[in-house]
Amino acid sequence: MQIAMTVNGNTQSHDVEARTLLVYYLRDAVGLTGTNVGCDTTSCGACTVLLNGQSVKSCTVLAAQVAGEQVMTIEGLADANGTMGPVQQSFQDCHGLQCGYCTPGMVMAITSLLVENSDPTEEDIRIGLEGNLCRCTGYHNIVESALAASRIPEMRS
Amino acid sequence: MSILGNRVLRREDPKFLTVGGTYVADLDMPGALHLTFVRSSMAHATITSVDTSMATAMPGVVAAYTHDDLQLANLPTIMGMTNEAMTERILASGTVRYVGEPIVAIVAQSREIAADALERVVVEYEPLTVVIDPVEARKDEALLFPEAGTNTSFALDFGGDAALFDECEVVVEQTLANQRVAPCPLEVRSAAGHMTEDGRLEFGSSTQAPHAVRDTLATFLGLEPDMVHVVTPDVGGGFGAKASVYQEDIIVGWCVHHLGRPVRWTETRSESMLGLGHGRAQIQHVKLGGTREGIVTAYRIEVLQDSGAYTGFGTVLPFMTRVMTPGPYKIAKAECMSISVVTNSTPTTAYRGAGRPEATAAIERMIDIFSREIGMDPAEVRRRNLIGKDEFPFTTPVETIYDCGDYVLALDVALEMAGYDELRAEQQRRRASGDARQLGIGLSSYVEITNGLPGGEFGAVEVQSDGKVIVRTGTSPHGQGHVTAWSMLVAEQMGIAIDDIEVIHGDTDIVPRGGGTMGSRSLQIGGAAVNQAAVDLVEKAKDLAADLFEADRKDIVLDKSNGRFHVVGTPAIARSWGELAAVALANDGTALFAEVDLESVGPTFPFGTHLSVVEVDTETGKVTLLRHIAVDDAGRILNPLLAEGQVHGGIAQGVAQALLEEMIYDADGNPLTSTLADYSFISAAELPSFETRFTETPTPINALGAKGIGESGTIGSAPALHNAVCDAVAHLGVRHIDMPTTPMRVWSAIQEARADNVAESERG
Repeated sequence: MQIAMTVNGNTQSHDVEARTLLVYYLRDAVGLTGTNVGCDTTSCGACTVLLNGQSVKSCTVLAAQVAGEQVMTIEGLADANGTMGPVQQSFQDCHGLQCGYCTPGMVMAITSLLVENSDPTEEDIRIGLEGNLCRCTGYHNIVESALAASRIPEMRS
Repeated sequence: MSILGNRVLRREDPKFLTVGGTYVADLDMPGALHLTFVRSSMAHATITSVDTSMATAMPGVVAAYTHDDLQLANLPTIMGMTNEAMTERILASGTVRYVGEPIVAIVAQSREIAADALERVVVEYEPLTVVIDPVEARKDEALLFPEAGTNTSFALDFGGDAALFDECEVVVEQTLANQRVAPCPLEVRSAAGHMTEDGRLEFGSSTQAPHAVRDTLATFLGLEPDMVHVVTPDVGGGFGAKASVYQEDIIVGWCVHHLGRPVRWTETRSESMLGLGHGRAQIQHVKLGGTREGIVTAYRIEVLQDSGAYTGFGTVLPFMTRVMTPGPYKIAKAECMSISVVTNSTPTTAYRGAGRPEATAAIERMIDIFSREIGMDPAEVRRRNLIGKDEFPFTTPVETIYDCGDYVLALDVALEMAGYDELRAEQQRRRASGDARQLGIGLSSYVEITNGLPGGEFGAVEVQSDGKVIVRTGTSPHGQGHVTAWSMLVAEQMGIAIDDIEVIHGDTDIVPRGGGTMGSRSLQIGGAAVNQAAVDLVEKAKDLAADLFEADRKDIVLDKSNGRFHVVGTPAIARSWGELAAVALANDGTALFAEVDLESVGPTFPFGTHLSVVEVDTETGKVTLLRHIAVDDAGRILNPLLAEGQVHGGIAQGVAQALLEEMIYDADGNPLTSTLADYSFISAAELPSFETRFTETPTPINALGAKGIGESGTIGSAPALHNAVCDAVAHLGVRHIDMPTTPMRVWSAIQEARADNVAESERG
């Protein structure tokens, strides 16, 4: 079936099988491989993207379901000059990533979380990230990264 | 000013944060076929028939291969030490021995067609007796390999001193389960390959050991190693479980070679939970004896190791457990013996710590049980038995030689950070008031072995005429930050900005040799090799500069503030690294480079003390980790940011084992936790932020003074947590709760203790 949607501000249109999951649509059809697949039970959050500004696990959405909608992936967060956004920069500053596999999903989840709650406590962040798994960092520096990002003025607007 | 010891931010990060890493599944391979596997749904059965005809009849299915099609040898024994009859076949034939064992390999034009074809393969089984419990397996009643005549896959038979505990005033004894866990790197296993125009196999692999993959593929496919080119792009975690080459990797290589077409394979998570090796899986019978004054004098551990269905690396984990038998304590007599047995479960393998966490878990739990038995504070018992800082090198009763340490200092720092006395006072208050939420305080003083296996490492440094530096390393990072760390070492030696240094790893054409990254070996052997190559290169450059300046060799100076060479006293006339590289090229057409194969002179022994504070809800059994304090000593710290990251991740995995995670099978060998929905993978919500600190006792073993830091967090944390949980309910009469200390287990233990107390008082 033919579907179209906006990904990172660009219109995309592809012929896909009806059963195609959004994550595979993004990876295989659009060619954006930053979004990763980490499980097959909607448990790990590695595939988290923004759908109309809110985080969703793209392994749990059919591409066809979001035809006509706005999708944002990790590749869409930096500005036109390639300057990283506040959450991305905080991850580097706080050593919030190691192997990097969970990172795009974490960054997208935190971006969404900070939109919902611009002044989160550590506990808010920990509970908010329960659906995003990481095996490398022990979450310590991911939580630090989220807190640091929340203190950046543009995230508080 | 030295760059070493600074919190240098990772050079690796921007790519991961803007476009994501390039993992094997991200490699562009036009026209690649998709490989997938039909896996056993039975734990132990005779295969009576395999019918692939309906699958191969499907449009888009290229082939369906069984064991007989491949004609490949079994996976090898582990270092020649394990039972030869128990090696794993590349695809099952005749008998399947665990759920998830691959039986048929299907090659199709797309992931979707491959998935559909899987459903159309019909495998018929005749069930055999299932053995899941290692204790049962050891009885040799039902055999997994009847031709072997035993279920024993490996044994270490040392000790057996009947008089070991004769002199002891107090002896405590306990059986401990160090449960089976799933390593769970976020990226599952994946491989992709194609044949190049000149007939070589180019192979992408999610591995910790690219050169081992190259050599294994060459062996199995009958190719010369230089006809195989392995590329390890970004790897999404390994934790030891990706240090081995799996049969699926070999089959991908075989299909590429056989079909002459590009083929890719990425397992699903639910396959990975059963296909990637599991960790730990020991049952330990432990006995510890000493004096009423708290001096431990005798210790014995008998290990029963679960190999899983075949002999993977997990079979020989007791070897590493044995090496660390007495932990950081001066114990006059200590011995360890082990038996590994096969069971109808996923083969076990190395998992963060690989045999050493098991050793630490045993001694640390026993120190606490002993402390309670003699009525002494467990911190005091540890202090009385720790090896003193002036006693190194120290040879233990199992003949391991510890290099150096200040074990008491790490204990003292941890107690001070925790506010230990105040915590104990608070615990007393809660006990006295009968608070439903009881406080538990747990300690773990550990020592472990890093770079424990033989083998050196390759490192090379080359300067280009534009002044840029290329570093090649045989280590294979998958999150550890070697690009940043090795750049720091080279920058320090050569006076070159780290942004001008490129670090290449994981490409067997560019890096000729390599041991890979496992066992916390990388910095002390791979980093040291790169460091040595940089030192050698400075000497080489000085030779060139001496010729150029027509000066005495000993008068040549490298100004590390700007990376320029000059004659002492005349800094105005100087040559840069790039200029010298151009001179070398002009002289004899060779690049300005140095390479080193650094031989390992032996392992190093990181140590530390971890302290956990937990709250246990005695009405529900729920455990909440309130604080975790980690004091670790890995010798000289190159980059505290990276070292802390290693400790953080390690702690979380240790906490996970102590509190939550367990790979569970039912009696028929069906895995009950084979998805991430069922397996209790620890999340941010179950953890606090950690309180970490390093003490630094440089080791004399290598030029960097560094020990490994990759596994200490896991080794130190789990026993501290475990002891804390048991401590929280000890006053209620609970002696021991096995890991994972789930609410069900804790609640049940409290109920049993209460029932015992009631029975006791009625009798009295």
